[in-house]
Amino acid sequence: MNLDVFIAGYGGQGVLLLGNLLACASIREGRNVSYFPAYGVEKRGGAATCTVVISDAEVGSPVVGRPQAAILLNQASVEKYFERIRPGGFALINSSLMEAPAPACAQVEVLAIAMNEVALEVGDARLVNMVAAGAWAKKTGAVQLSSLEQALREVLPERNHRFIPLNVEAMKRGAAFVTS
Amino acid sequence: MDQRLFVKGNEAVAMGALAAGCRYYFGYPITPQSDIPEYMARELPPLGGTFIQAESEIGAINMLLGASACGVRAMTSSSSPGISLKQEGLSYMAGSELPGLVVNICRSGPGLGGIDASQADYFQAVKGGGHGGYHLIVLAPHSVQEMYDLAMLAFDLSDQYRIPAMLLGDSVIGQMKEALTPHARPQVTLPAKDWAVEGKGTRSAQRIVKSLYLGDGELEAHNWKLHRRYELLREHEARWEALDVEDAELIVTAFGVTARIAKSAVRMARAAGLKVGMIRPITLFPFPGAAFAEATRNAKKVLCFELNTGQMVEDVRLSVARDADVYFYGRPPGAGSLPTPEELYAQIAAYCRRSA
Repeated sequence: MNLDVFIAGYGGQGVLLLGNLLACASIREGRNVSYFPAYGVEKRGGAATCTVVISDAEVGSPVVGRPQAAILLNQASVEKYFERIRPGGFALINSSLMEAPAPACAQVEVLAIAMNEVALEVGDARLVNMVAAGAWAKKTGAVQLSSLEQALREVLPERNHRFIPLNVEAMKRGAAFVTS
Repeated sequence: MDQRLFVKGNEAVAMGALAAGCRYYFGYPITPQSDIPEYMARELPPLGGTFIQAESEIGAINMLLGASACGVRAMTSSSSPGISLKQEGLSYMAGSELPGLVVNICRSGPGLGGIDASQADYFQAVKGGGHGGYHLIVLAPHSVQEMYDLAMLAFDLSDQYRIPAMLLGDSVIGQMKEALTPHARPQVTLPAKDWAVEGKGTRSAQRIVKSLYLGDGELEAHNWKLHRRYELLREHEARWEALDVEDAELIVTAFGVTARIAKSAVRMARAAGLKVGMIRPITLFPFPGAAFAEATRNAKKVLCFELNTGQMVEDVRLSVARDADVYFYGRPPGAGSLPTPEELYAQIAAYCRRSA
């Protein structure tokens, strides 16, 4: 396996936590992984991005020019990054924050989910990233939902472990959007 | 010990230092390395160690000098502008034959610059950034695991040769997270620190740590002694990683994060049928010149990638066979200016096609 995913949204949507979670779960499944956060002078509400590369062999570049998959959580990210996705790749788009319909591209498979609405249905708007995690995991088959649940214990501070069941519920709701 | 942890590069270097027996840290915060002092501030006191946030970078390097003179394993860390402030102390440590670890998680410059990953501190690190014509042992990790492993190695080499060691990272390696398998420090036999100023006790002779040699011919002899150690390092301690160089017609070289990106580009080139190999220097001083000399007996083209406008390429040119052609491709850092594997692959493919 050699998979990469580029994740983008605005600060506060849990982009970095999502990247951490996917990476940690993949490591727990025995793979090699790099998690590379954009590290800059971004301020709250600004752009947030990260790249996760998962491989059965040694991970090469943590930087990916043309990702295989992208999780784009707001309109600005779609505008900026959609066209970078490799032909044959996959885009997971948060249609809740799209002013126009999600872009269509014959060479990129697009799955648009109204993630904000789904998150609110589960119980908290901040669960957008978990809806995305579930959908991405089911779609790519890269990690099991159970691994993501385990990884939550590692990447969330202890004081937030009480929210894990809610996070898992959001992941399941995300995964349900993927029809095989 | 064999559980794989999910760790940030900056934390890995701190973990490696602690596993190597470092119990004293002196530093001053600066982005993008502040995770290192943060980790040390939390972890050193329970181990009986000492963490001091110094009043400045200059204070920190001189505290390191003092601790090292007492024979303990100690370190400091900073990022490019902060490392510049430490140069006087580094020169004094080199002159005083004091070991110790200095971590530089480089950011872009010159001056205040920015916080993007950069390799523009290569000259400063390997050519002696302070006065007096000294060298540091310089190690360039390209993964989170190596941040841990090379922190350990840096302490051992530094103690063995009595030369300060620098771990030259960058903000990508410092901030990225990967799997890390912690392990115990390798068993190595190191010379006794019979020079450490730890109190005279019952000894008849007083120990003195100094870099001031006023006697007739003393300083020249001292400098020749230091020089011989640098020669020993060149002879015995050059380290590198070689990939697919046996049948290569083109050798790619890069260090640190750029080597990671280049590795992917080299794999793309191999997949496209191009005979490309790679040499990744792990020690920047001593520079693994022999590896280049050997590889360029057959491969006559060398392509050097750096996140600057060309620094290591000078050492590459000095090392290759006389008739080898050395080409450089680099970018000075700036927001979003990290090269991609695709970009480096395009350079490789174009250079392969070019007649020498």
